[in-house]
Amino acid sequence: MKFARDTWLIFQRQIQLLLRNPVWVFVGVFQPVMYLLLFAPLLKPALNAPTQAAAYKIFVPGLLVLLAIFGGLFQGFGLIAELRAGVIERSRVTPISRLALLLGRSLRDVVSLIVQAVIITLLALLFDLRVFIGDLLLAYLMLALIALMTSAVSYGVALKVKSEDALAPLMNTVAQPVLLLSGILLPLTFAPGWLQGIADWNPFSWAVDGTRALFAGDLGSDKVWQGLTITAVLAALGVFWAARQFARSVR
Amino acid sequence: MIETRGLRKSFRSRAGRETKTVDAVRGVNLQVAEGEIFGFLGPNGAGKTTTLRMLATLIEPDGGEATIAGADLRKDPAEVRRRIGYVPQGGSTWDESTAREELVLHARMYGIGKADAQQRAVRALEAFQLTEYADRKCKTYSGGQRRRVEIALGIIHEPKIVFLDEPTTGLDPQSRAHMWDEIRRLRSDGMTVFITTHYLDEADALCDRIAIMDNGEVVAEGTPAELKREISGDVVLVGLDLAATPQAAQALDGESYVNKLETADEGGLRLYVDEGATAIPQVLRRLDHAGLELRSIELHRPSLDDVFLTKTGRSLRES
Repeated sequence: MKFARDTWLIFQRQIQLLLRNPVWVFVGVFQPVMYLLLFAPLLKPALNAPTQAAAYKIFVPGLLVLLAIFGGLFQGFGLIAELRAGVIERSRVTPISRLALLLGRSLRDVVSLIVQAVIITLLALLFDLRVFIGDLLLAYLMLALIALMTSAVSYGVALKVKSEDALAPLMNTVAQPVLLLSGILLPLTFAPGWLQGIADWNPFSWAVDGTRALFAGDLGSDKVWQGLTITAVLAALGVFWAARQFARSVR
Repeated sequence: MIETRGLRKSFRSRAGRETKTVDAVRGVNLQVAEGEIFGFLGPNGAGKTTTLRMLATLIEPDGGEATIAGADLRKDPAEVRRRIGYVPQGGSTWDESTAREELVLHARMYGIGKADAQQRAVRALEAFQLTEYADRKCKTYSGGQRRRVEIALGIIHEPKIVFLDEPTTGLDPQSRAHMWDEIRRLRSDGMTVFITTHYLDEADALCDRIAIMDNGEVVAEGTPAELKREISGDVVLVGLDLAATPQAAQALDGESYVNKLETADEGGLRLYVDEGATAIPQVLRRLDHAGLELRSIELHRPSLDDVFLTKTGRSLRES
């Protein structure tokens, strides 16, 4: 009970600050929108898709997963600013739940990701993308789990390195291969065998496959439950690890 | 209120390839009574902040014990947190929030209900004369206003003890005097206040009792008056040319009324005597007799700096 209340308290505060400066939600959505408008039109001929809508069904899920991964991984910067301002230290001398300090922030990141995902989806509707609403909600659940995991990990790493200068290259180094190996921009069905072999070990590639299956309306596909299970387990592990950093860290 | 026994903390630091262990705090024993302003005086790097952070549950001690407001620091840090307030040195407010929001949030982090938290915020804003700026963002505040918000945050849950880490560092003289009044007000509200400072005058004027810390250890503890009395008597400063100083030292050393004699690097002597008023004429006669010309003679009561000097061999102003 106390934990739920504490989480809600931190979440409320973070949302309040986000709403005071909502420009960041839109800055975050800018890059994927550019991909949607300027890159996606190349895909119909490139993928040999029968229609523009079919190409979008492949591309948009990948784009949303990309948004969830990157959006989450870079949340650590905000935490470093809070560390510097002494806000975290001030929280740590109160009896508030350590897990709530983390989860309240990560849940804000999930909400801001879902808002961005809705913006992208609405724009994609203009390009004739059609998705069944139930499938879409499940896809959003997958995205929420990914964002929860990446933002928690980013907070945990931020607590460890405590400096933007270390966090930026670290996150980029992690994010680039993860991105390329998850078939986000183009499906890995085009990949040579060895590349597919490596990608099979990338959990995000399973998440992308699952999200694509949902956008294709293929709810019964094994990829859906596999993707959801993998992301759920990863999210739990990420939160667990980061919560330990919160409980332990000095500053 | 606070009792510590053998509190220790060391850090490992890495310089190039070798790691070395720095003993930041090496066995601190303290006793702080209820309702006093207790000052922790010492140069930067003496271990004041580390000790304070241990007492405030922010870092775990390597060894030793402490009881804070009746709760055991090692066994029940959660209970300690409920009973103390802590105001960190580097600030604790968020630029984009207002004082009111910060106060309400902070109260609620202690488990206080919303309506109660809001009332407490109103009272705290009033008490710290912040009502006028309550709904402005913290980034628009002056240094003194912001420090007042931070202290208000530290006591919003009415703790028994509040720890203030260098509460006046970086404030202009006027805000500083104002802050002293605020701190005295906390005491008169029945709170025990534990502050760290590296200002001698602050320790002297504000604190009921102080502990002088150097190099991770408490080297002296007592009321400012007691500590100064330990430096028995007065200090006579004799201004001399550098060339004349050794001769003067020779002439005065061994005189019955001089308890201790120190030579200043830039020339001149520092004499610790029982009674300044009677010592000065004798010093003058002795130097005149030796044919030495003096530039000035000054009597002053021992300061905390003299205490620091006799305990550590260094002046706090130099370190």
